[in-house]
Amino acid sequence: MKSLKSRNGLLCLAGLVLALLIPQIIDNNFYIDVLTLVLFSAFLGQSWNILGGYAGQFSFGGVVFFGTGAYASSILFRSFGIDPWIGIFGAIAAGAAMGAFIGFISFRYGLKGSYFALITLAFAEFFRIIANSVEFTGGGVGIFIDYNPSLTQLQFDNPAGYYYLALLMTVISLLIAWWLERSRFGASLVAIRENEEAAEALGVNAFRCKMYAICIAGAMGGAAGTFYTQKFLYLDPPIAYGIGTSVEMLLVTIVGGLGTIFGPLVGAFVLHSINEVARHYLEAPGLSMIVYGLILIGIVGFLPNGLIGLFRRRQKKMAGGDDA
Amino acid sequence: MLEITGLSKSFGGLAAVSNVGLTVEEGKIISLIGPNGAGKTTLFAMVAGFLKPDSGTVMFEDQNITGMKPHRICELGMVRTFQVTQPFAKLTTLENIMVGAYCRTSNRELAEANARRIAKQVGMKASLDQAADSLTVAGRKRLELARALATQPRLLLLDEVMAGLNPIEIDEIVDVIKKIRDTGVTVFLIEHVMKAVMNLSDYAYVLNDGVRIADGTPTEIANNPDVIEAYLGHGAAERMRVEGSANA
Amino acid sequence: MLDEFMLLGMMPAAVVNGLMFGAIYALVALGLTLIYGVLHIINFAHGALLMLAMYAAFYLFRHFGIDPYFAIVFVVPASFVLGYALYRWGIGKLAHGKDENILLVTLGLAIVIENAAIFFFTADQQTITLSYSYDTVDLGFVFLSLPKVISFFASLFICLLLWLLISKTDLGRAIRAVAKERQGARLVGIDVEHIFAATYGIGIACLGAAGCLLLPSFYVDPFTGNIFVLVAFTIVVLGGMGSIVGALVGGFIIGVTESVGGLILGESLGQIGISLIFILILVLRPTGLFGAKS
Repeated sequence: MKSLKSRNGLLCLAGLVLALLIPQIIDNNFYIDVLTLVLFSAFLGQSWNILGGYAGQFSFGGVVFFGTGAYASSILFRSFGIDPWIGIFGAIAAGAAMGAFIGFISFRYGLKGSYFALITLAFAEFFRIIANSVEFTGGGVGIFIDYNPSLTQLQFDNPAGYYYLALLMTVISLLIAWWLERSRFGASLVAIRENEEAAEALGVNAFRCKMYAICIAGAMGGAAGTFYTQKFLYLDPPIAYGIGTSVEMLLVTIVGGLGTIFGPLVGAFVLHSINEVARHYLEAPGLSMIVYGLILIGIVGFLPNGLIGLFRRRQKKMAGGDDA
Repeated sequence: MLEITGLSKSFGGLAAVSNVGLTVEEGKIISLIGPNGAGKTTLFAMVAGFLKPDSGTVMFEDQNITGMKPHRICELGMVRTFQVTQPFAKLTTLENIMVGAYCRTSNRELAEANARRIAKQVGMKASLDQAADSLTVAGRKRLELARALATQPRLLLLDEVMAGLNPIEIDEIVDVIKKIRDTGVTVFLIEHVMKAVMNLSDYAYVLNDGVRIADGTPTEIANNPDVIEAYLGHGAAERMRVEGSANA
Repeated sequence: MLDEFMLLGMMPAAVVNGLMFGAIYALVALGLTLIYGVLHIINFAHGALLMLAMYAAFYLFRHFGIDPYFAIVFVVPASFVLGYALYRWGIGKLAHGKDENILLVTLGLAIVIENAAIFFFTADQQTITLSYSYDTVDLGFVFLSLPKVISFFASLFICLLLWLLISKTDLGRAIRAVAKERQGARLVGIDVEHIFAATYGIGIACLGAAGCLLLPSFYVDPFTGNIFVLVAFTIVVLGGMGSIVGALVGGFIIGVTESVGGLILGESLGQIGISLIFILILVLRPTGLFGAKS
């Protein structure tokens, strides 16, 4: 057991070293950019995974935290001159606050399953319309972010900078998931997912646990929002609160493996690879999305544990705890 | 230890439990029996905090717990199992029991050690790494019991933990329950399997149509004609007497 | 002062216009609520399938010159068959009976349909012009476009037909039996899987009709369905999941809310009423106006 554990530790370390060296190995900005997007997707997916995968609360509006964080740091910078490296903490706070708000309303009134999915969708739509209609978000015109590459702006003059930032965020998200799998809190979330009533009978405060989970998901989504605006330098209501990102979050997680540490990363890698291949070889709009839809249906139908489920035993060993 | 007074609950005008009072003494095995639809499970649900009673109070160790949330009640030291077993299907037996063990500690190693100890106690040591949804009916019943025990309760509410088991399995679980009582845990159980109840209980209450119709020692209950007629129907009195003498 | 006066003057017109649209909304929601009431599933592909029906009506008009109102005769049966097949050999099998899985499978279906539409029909907005597109009906205080009036009455008529189907026919009786007690229905020899698929088919057939009725006064593009998804969910939740009367009343309420909201709050903020109603109903009265307590 000991040796297994250390072997998996070594494997993770080797993966991390490889990830750190990639910008040195691959001298191609395009690939670095794609990998950055993979990491970004994986990070967003992990935000969804904590609430959807571990706690079993499927959201169709996961984007709402991302959008709120994106607006928070952008507005903090534009209206108050607060640099994004501090602003990202504002975004994290705003995302978590949004999580608390939506969580309180949904969980206090006992919404679960499809109802929870739909109310999160409605919240995303609600805030999209608000963002579209008020002044301080720039309304439908959106917000253009100035490009001043520097660390305090979380902006970089080469793709490797964004890559490393995304890598840092992804590693943090993996650590959060790793902690979940080993902690009482994580066990409570999983128990709630499997059977909320039984969990409550055994002393789990389901409401509080779900609130924590949605706040963590919100905080992560908020951080992702700042990363997005500093990389793409533009934000408008459809980007911030559109259903596309919500779907991407759940897609990478479900394809990779719900409620697993590496699920979102695996899913993001596979789906982005498919997307790039499709874009490169077939110049047809919508085609890679058709493939995504089919993959989603196929995974739900035939691989409920996602791609990770294919290597389930391995994954359990990598998680390190279950056979300790 | 547990004192219920004037507990009532109705659903859409239909009384499921009306004005029921009873007492569970510490260190005993007390059972609650009655025909289907008598309101036994409803009563349990109210006691354990899953249903708010329309009226009445539930006192646990001199503390009023009426309307308290289930997880709070569990923390106080009273835990229930479910008639229809509710395993965390995708988790292993060990992980299932650990959820209960986490009620008393946030330390993973400690929770795991406790879970393993309890698995041994209820005879589940061999299936620790088995997924809960692959357990047999008897296995699931034991798992319900184990998870509940892992929360280290002083009062254990068991809802038909023997239903669906064969006679050998029943004997085994009766043994387990007796041993649990011997460790100082008070047991309050709903049961249908008459023979087991008679063997096991120190005292029994009988519920019919939501009303408490009798109480006493198993022998008193078995010989109470009201109970036999209401609960077991015609001809049952005869069967009971035969079973009773067979056991004696 | 003048503004408020004008606003007040335009109010009746906004209400009537909302009612016109509300009838079609009701038809869309009727399909959704029927599927929910019987199968207890939420059909997230509802908008995409509506869009598909609109394209069907559009191409029937463009290539064969078939009037959209007449196209109902073709589109509705085709929609039924599509819905039946989709459920029987697709959704029902893949979802393993889990609530969230149905949502995900139908989401996947919506993504496929939407992007296939981009692929085959391009993302351009399409509209049609009929010889009577610009004719109006004078109600005294408001002029209504003729297509809207026709669609309004046609919607009501189809709702009536659906009600007759559910309450008077053998199929309807079987559907109601399955909705109420699927285990019992199975025991008395009803082919439950067939009824599920038929119900899904009828739900999609409603969309087929709604698509034809919408086309004369609305545009179609691959994303049109999205506009109706949240609207339809809101109506269904408002009216009560599974309630046919609820869908009808809810449709009118939402139609009027949208049109009056747009008048008072402006085009952009006006849509907020729908998501707000949706959230409030889910939280405060999840059984809706006409829903039975679960």
